[in-house]
Amino acid sequence: MTDTSTSMSVSAAPKSPEKIARLKARYRAERRFRFYGRAAIAIAAGILIFLLSSIVYNSIPAFTQNFVELDIELAQDVIDPNFSNDAEIIYAADWQGLIKTSLRREFPEVNSRADKRELYDLVSSGAGDWVRDFVLDNPQAIGSMVRLAVPTSDDIDLLIKGLIDRNLPESDRLVSNKELGWLDHYTAQGRVHTQFAWVLFTSGDSREPEMAGLSGAFVGSLLTILVTLAVSFPIGVMAAIYLEELAPKNRITGIIEVNINNLAAVPSIVFGLLGLAVFISFFQMPRSAPLVGGLVLSLMTLPTIIIATRASLASIPPSIREAALGVGASRLQVIFHHVLPLAMPGILTGTIIGLAQAAGETAPLLMIGMMAFIVDTPTDITSKATVLPAQIYMWANNPERAFLPKTSAAIVVLLLFLLSVNATAIYFRKKFEKRW
Amino acid sequence: MFNSKLITGALAAIAMTSAAQARDQIEIVGSSTVFPFATTVAEQFGRTSKFKTPVIESTGSGGGMKLFCAGIGLEHPDITNASRRIKEKEFKKCQANGIDLSEVVIGFDGIVLANAKGAPQLKLTLEQIYLATAKKVPDPNKPCQSDWCEPVKNPYQKWSDIDASLPAKKIEILGPPPTSGTRDAFQELAMSGGSKAYPHMSALKKTDKSMWKKLTRTVRDDGAWIDAGENDNLMVSKLVANPDAVGVFGYSFLDQNSDKIKGAIVNGTQPTFDNIAGGKYKISRSLFFYIKHAHVGTVPGIQEFVAEFTSEKAFGEEGYLVPKGLIPLPSTDRATQRNNSSSLTKLAL
Repeated sequence: MTDTSTSMSVSAAPKSPEKIARLKARYRAERRFRFYGRAAIAIAAGILIFLLSSIVYNSIPAFTQNFVELDIELAQDVIDPNFSNDAEIIYAADWQGLIKTSLRREFPEVNSRADKRELYDLVSSGAGDWVRDFVLDNPQAIGSMVRLAVPTSDDIDLLIKGLIDRNLPESDRLVSNKELGWLDHYTAQGRVHTQFAWVLFTSGDSREPEMAGLSGAFVGSLLTILVTLAVSFPIGVMAAIYLEELAPKNRITGIIEVNINNLAAVPSIVFGLLGLAVFISFFQMPRSAPLVGGLVLSLMTLPTIIIATRASLASIPPSIREAALGVGASRLQVIFHHVLPLAMPGILTGTIIGLAQAAGETAPLLMIGMMAFIVDTPTDITSKATVLPAQIYMWANNPERAFLPKTSAAIVVLLLFLLSVNATAIYFRKKFEKRW
Repeated sequence: MFNSKLITGALAAIAMTSAAQARDQIEIVGSSTVFPFATTVAEQFGRTSKFKTPVIESTGSGGGMKLFCAGIGLEHPDITNASRRIKEKEFKKCQANGIDLSEVVIGFDGIVLANAKGAPQLKLTLEQIYLATAKKVPDPNKPCQSDWCEPVKNPYQKWSDIDASLPAKKIEILGPPPTSGTRDAFQELAMSGGSKAYPHMSALKKTDKSMWKKLTRTVRDDGAWIDAGENDNLMVSKLVANPDAVGVFGYSFLDQNSDKIKGAIVNGTQPTFDNIAGGKYKISRSLFFYIKHAHVGTVPGIQEFVAEFTSEKAFGEEGYLVPKGLIPLPSTDRATQRNNSSSLTKLAL
């Protein structure tokens, strides 16, 4: 009886207490929902920040490296006894021997075999390479005495960085008291200094942490991704255009569609097994090659590219197609002159997301031999190579302590690599984006 | 867009030509335990010789054998590493594919049980290790008959249940997964070895070997043994975080982390370099690699690589593999291995 009058008065008259309570409850619900949303984002961001900061924090020691200056006599009879000036002979000289001589001259009191071994462990077992490179650049220095900075061994490096505690009892420390004494001798003369670890970017893999770098894995990743792009992009885009624009909608295309969607969900290791059986066993392609890696990864990326391309083609309004057809364009002209350029930003985004996924993949590469110890930097798509994620995995498994920061540093490099790939994607999307 | 055929065609052409090319780089597969040593030698070899640095894949001993014995030809590996001897089945497969091979023993590796530095020092016997890890153990509540003890589900929950001298802590062992050669060796040396304390088990070995294997080498699955994955660095940090846990891994990880963890004394012997080298420490095994004869001379550098591996400066007592955690053979054995490998003595099982 009074229903109508009250409902009429809602807007004008003061609200009844129940209504105010209901309204408040609705506002509360909205606030709660906002809070949940923020909490979800905060948790996600917190985990990401924790993960990233711990990786970055752990990686910091790997970006610097300690060098010790040794007085090295570039003895003619060791380097080039016959004055041949032949680079090959000079290359093969006993460079590590020169380092050992220098250390013995510095500490003549070291006599026993065991002590000498410990003394030689002060510097990297690859330190000779630094002397060699210096002499190859400065051949006139042969015969003279030079003071050269060479890398310390991994344990000494960790000690200087404070990652090995020098106050521990000697039995628990990886560096002995004698080694500490020798190191302090150089430190006191200001002959030990820290530099940026260029090695991390310029050299290939090594079993000595102070010599190990990412250049081989980086080039391997790049070559693999290029092969993936060259194979999966054209095939994926063509397939998607045909399915979306030209194919008749019937049972067969339906089945193909379902299968493509299923393929996107297949575990990547399966593609590795397929690659092993088809490319390596049947086509006799080489193991551990970026060519095979790229082919396997493109199998994995294809469904992603097809799905993304189809989605972005479908999002182009039909009015554009109709207008083009209306002015007399053929189906092909409609697609290549109008629809495809407009769909390009979406296609590129999908492709790059697929490639980024492929760049971080290890499981399928395990099967085709790309998880391997490879020192030389690959030069083409058929030479032996590994990739960044595989390198990270292998370093994480090495027993030497110094590989722990190296592993984190490699993760940082991989993340930066992926970040720059994604940034390129965003750049292209913005560049080609058209609004209508 | 239209050049997809062109690109795939070009790729296929590259693949064909490269497959036909001769290989100038040694390919090695096999054990993850031998991997750190083989890679060190490979790097040294690449740096000091005119040959390319060999490519080494860590596939596990079994996986390596499978690839190695698959056939002769440049698409197959030249050398495989193993943390156990080649099995008869694998050898037969190799022979069936016409592969002649040589065996080289490179040294020893100890398997240690370790816990956090701050935790109490464990003193175990092989028998106690067997009782702590086996799925079925002789019934402790029923006295053994003259030649048989009834195997029951492992009842030991705390170390002190096994022996009052051990800590009253829950048994919590982090060990390698079944795919690992370290696991195989642990089962064989520590578990089967520990079961020798029971005469009826040794008798069973003679009468029913498969039953004996099943009883002594099945690891318990009630949560006391945890498969902790192949990453031993991760295991070390888990041990530091949990002082009650005991980890099972290779000696080199104990050596590298001596400030964080300590090895259990087994049968009265510390897991030290000297004790493992001298054969006093009981849970140690030999490490091997196998050379495919047909590839020697076809792939350049195989003999030189083997010579580098078996040189005194590599696997000798003061060799560069020792700081990497390899425990060298006695000097007479080293000389034998050197001779056998340089003359490519054919392996016969």
